[in-house]
Amino acid sequence: MPDTKPVPLLALFRVFFQIGVLSFGGGLVSWIHREVVTARGWMTDAEFLSGMSLSQVLPGINSTNTSIFVGQRLRGALGAAVCLGAMLLGPFIAIILAGFTYKTLLGVSGFPALVEGVGAVAMGLLTRLGIKAARTVKLGLSPAAATLATFVGVAVMRWPMLAVVAVVAPLSVWAAWPSGTAKDAADA
Amino acid sequence: MRDNIYVTLIVLLAPLSLASIGGATGIYAPLQHETVETLGWITQREFIDLFAVSRLTPGPSSMLAPLIAWKVAGLAGATVAMIALYLPSSLLCYGVARVWEKHRGKPWHRACEAGLTPVAAGLVFAGVAALLRIAGSGPMTWATLIIVAGLLTWKPKLHPFPLLGAGALVFLLARGFWI
Repeated sequence: MPDTKPVPLLALFRVFFQIGVLSFGGGLVSWIHREVVTARGWMTDAEFLSGMSLSQVLPGINSTNTSIFVGQRLRGALGAAVCLGAMLLGPFIAIILAGFTYKTLLGVSGFPALVEGVGAVAMGLLTRLGIKAARTVKLGLSPAAATLATFVGVAVMRWPMLAVVAVVAPLSVWAAWPSGTAKDAADA
Repeated sequence: MRDNIYVTLIVLLAPLSLASIGGATGIYAPLQHETVETLGWITQREFIDLFAVSRLTPGPSSMLAPLIAWKVAGLAGATVAMIALYLPSSLLCYGVARVWEKHRGKPWHRACEAGLTPVAAGLVFAGVAALLRIAGSGPMTWATLIIVAGLLTWKPKLHPFPLLGAGALVFLLARGFWI
């Protein structure tokens, strides 16, 4: 079990502050997954990914919602506040600084290339998280169908995300009901 | 106007906080409509510039809203914008997270966990597709995306920051900037 003793609030602050400061180009959820699950083992993949799924269907930004799920899981209300606050502190200072200097920044001739390059890497980080999530699920027809249906509905058909999730998620949970209990406990 | 610019910010951003489901891409259009067309706080040109700048600052891309608020109402405006944009959705999320945590271990909780993960995978891929639409999707972007995703699947503990630096460098060189 990853949570034998509580994660210090200071450690949470440090990790989430670092995520906020370093995560150029977006894709913060993949950074959170890397720091919290892959590098430190504070949560299991299943715990993280389910919190992330809920974060995505709830109103608000995926990354801030996910930080709240992680903080709440590890250290309750205080943990949630620390994770959210720490993650937003660096970017807040950064946009104030950018506000002062943006005319100069935009004058730099390599600026668009820089934005493009950083953005492309961030998309790669997110893709890797998607692959990870897809692979975590037990192989089977219904999980694959749920992933595909969600993607096609939202990205290809451009239907409202909430409507797509409202249809696919209950079906997917229902399909996971009989076998998805004992086995998951063994995996975790 | 000056007196209630903070109120205007709250009225503008608090609903966006609760309306932005699935990421920041959903707030760009209403934000542009309100700040440029309805309120006339900034010009279209300035909106595009600030959008570009917000894409090169770290953190969530929704930070564009506090950046615009900083431009029109200074540090206090930016602070008000942060609270209006993140507090409502965060409180709601915290409430859900608490309930979720309380029922951990119950059979329905496990079924939800197992059932929601594939949906999350689909949403993450859809998020990448949305970014490809906004940021453009040339062959270099695709190649970078595939290389980064492959590299991290092979070596999950690689730190993403050097990858960001390498990506920026490759695009600079490819676009003809020698630094």
